[in-house]
Amino acid sequence: MSILVNENTKVVCQGITGSAGSFHSKQMLEYGTKLVAGVTPGKGGTDFEGKVPVYNTVADAVKQAGANTSVIFVPPPFAADSIMEAADAGISLIITITEGIPVNDMVRAKRYLQGKPGVRLIGPNCPGVITPGAKCKIGIMPGHIHKPGRIGVVSRSGTLTYEAVHQLTQLGLGQSTAVGIGGDPVNGTDFVDVLKLFNADPETDAVIMIGEIGGDAEERGAEYVAREFTKPIAGFIAGQSAPPGKRMGHAGAIISGGKGTASEKMKAMEAAGFLMAASPAELGTTLQEALKRGAPKKR
Amino acid sequence: MKIHEYQGKEIFRKYGVPTPKGILALSPNEAEAAAKELGTPVVVVKAQIHAGGRGKGGGVKLAKSPAEAKDLAKQMLGMKLKTIQTGPEGQTVHKVYIEEGLAIGQELYLGVTLDRATSRITFMASREGGVEIEEVAEKHPEKILREAVDPAVGFSDFQGRKLAFGLGLTGPTVNKFVQFCSSLYKMYVETDAALVEINPLVILKDGGVVALDAKVNFDENALYRHKDLLEYRDLAEEEPRETQAKEWDLAYIALDGNIGCMVNGAGLAMATMDTIKLVGGAPANFLDVGGGASKEKVTAAFKLILADPAVKAVLVNIFGGIMKCDVIAEGIIAAAKEVQLKVPLVVRLEGTNVEKGKELLRNSGLAITPADNLRQAAEKAVAAIK
Repeated sequence: MSILVNENTKVVCQGITGSAGSFHSKQMLEYGTKLVAGVTPGKGGTDFEGKVPVYNTVADAVKQAGANTSVIFVPPPFAADSIMEAADAGISLIITITEGIPVNDMVRAKRYLQGKPGVRLIGPNCPGVITPGAKCKIGIMPGHIHKPGRIGVVSRSGTLTYEAVHQLTQLGLGQSTAVGIGGDPVNGTDFVDVLKLFNADPETDAVIMIGEIGGDAEERGAEYVAREFTKPIAGFIAGQSAPPGKRMGHAGAIISGGKGTASEKMKAMEAAGFLMAASPAELGTTLQEALKRGAPKKR
Repeated sequence: MKIHEYQGKEIFRKYGVPTPKGILALSPNEAEAAAKELGTPVVVVKAQIHAGGRGKGGGVKLAKSPAEAKDLAKQMLGMKLKTIQTGPEGQTVHKVYIEEGLAIGQELYLGVTLDRATSRITFMASREGGVEIEEVAEKHPEKILREAVDPAVGFSDFQGRKLAFGLGLTGPTVNKFVQFCSSLYKMYVETDAALVEINPLVILKDGGVVALDAKVNFDENALYRHKDLLEYRDLAEEEPRETQAKEWDLAYIALDGNIGCMVNGAGLAMATMDTIKLVGGAPANFLDVGGGASKEKVTAAFKLILADPAVKAVLVNIFGGIMKCDVIAEGIIAAAKEVQLKVPLVVRLEGTNVEKGKELLRNSGLAITPADNLRQAAEKAVAAIK
């Protein structure tokens, strides 16, 4: 087991013929991902790399290739529409890599998804999801740093997720699933959703959650952990040295009016039972410590 | 993207959101002429800068005659206006806005922005107008009324009435307020705004509802479909290096330290800054080169970092996922040669094609200090300065 993706995941890539889409589709195929279809409107009937059929619509990819999961590389102006198309076609897991989607487009797309129970969106602006044990990599993360195992990873950041995974792998700690939820202000899946899945997954022994300054997703994650989480958990917040009022790249990473600061988040997480890494160089070792210490005690 | 108050009000008027009459002035003489033209017994002279908190900083003043408006404009134009949002150095005033004086009955607060928790555009209103709204939000959250808008339906009149009655409005003012909110929502959605804040929104003695202030920000990701809004951009209000960074699609923010940073990914960039601080150094900037950086982009990033005279060492931390380490290495080498790098350079590469990248750096003939992990990289950069 694992969460979100496994051996039965059949992927359609929306935007497979674009530069990012084609590059990463090749990487996904090399890793072993069951990439069964691509979608580029107007290019239906062709194929990708001689092995993946390309369709005009996601509905065709579902009907003819049996796709159940989508990964979206479509450019920002069209990405929200692609998310809705995937949901309409019956895709149950939509992983959106595209960065820079207008906020109002996402507000509408998310409203649309509310009418589609059973559909989960990951991202946008995220690195994707990987389950190394099932050879299933959906997204842009470098596959070779991962290792099959029993640690769950969830993060708002892209490259910082790789950093965490890399440190874990070097310590011999493999990953059950690593999930990047993305740093955009409107996203599909938050920390709480992923933590719930890890909590219920018998093949995940412990979790590391990596957050950033801005917003209150980490605080909500901490509340959930305090209430229900039953496994050892480590955490880190990026942006401890960031000055207030500055937008640090991610739309999410902005502190305003003293809300969403690193110290507030760290305090909330610590109180909830997270073992916090003081430095991003200690993500792996902190998880190791958390494993030794065991699950957080319930109040 | 931030715009000025007078520009925000121009957009308000296009959407039928009531504002006071006002005229922009670039000189004291223009200010005097504007006051004459407005013809009210009192006019307000307002400094136009992108930061809030202008009133307390001395950037908003009343003038009882056109001559006084001229004097006030003379004082404001060219001054460094310091507010709680500008930082200690302040921001130079290049424009003033002359506005008619109105008979104000009540000052309210109205803000519209995205609520991340619900993913909905949300109206926030409070009777505590004209003051620090953050303070109200923190100490008396119950004093802020909220209405989340369903994007499929848009802003409904009943939501406006809930807010209006909640604010204690009565009589014909209620419907004026409802109309005000609905026009504002239309404007917010059609222009892809990211924030609209009106503090204060005023109820006039005659019952009218008017936006006395206008703080409007736009979603930069949506500007591609609003070419007309780009005209509102005021480069004089932006940090020149941050403007230059935008041209290369780099996310750059100047900070106070002396270690220049080049990192891919916002999270890792912040984590790198954090590590530098933890080992006793100070980052000179936040710089995210993004996902698909080319050699040219890396070179541009280097130039940007080195243009800051405070930089005494450079730390590059790249975890190649989309980016391949050998491409990054080539970019670093080309850039270091082109800019004739004179400060110590510490490089930490990890991820796709890392061995190829490290080899290129080793054989480059440049004095590059390699580092194997994040902590080591930060320590080496800090040590290089001492």
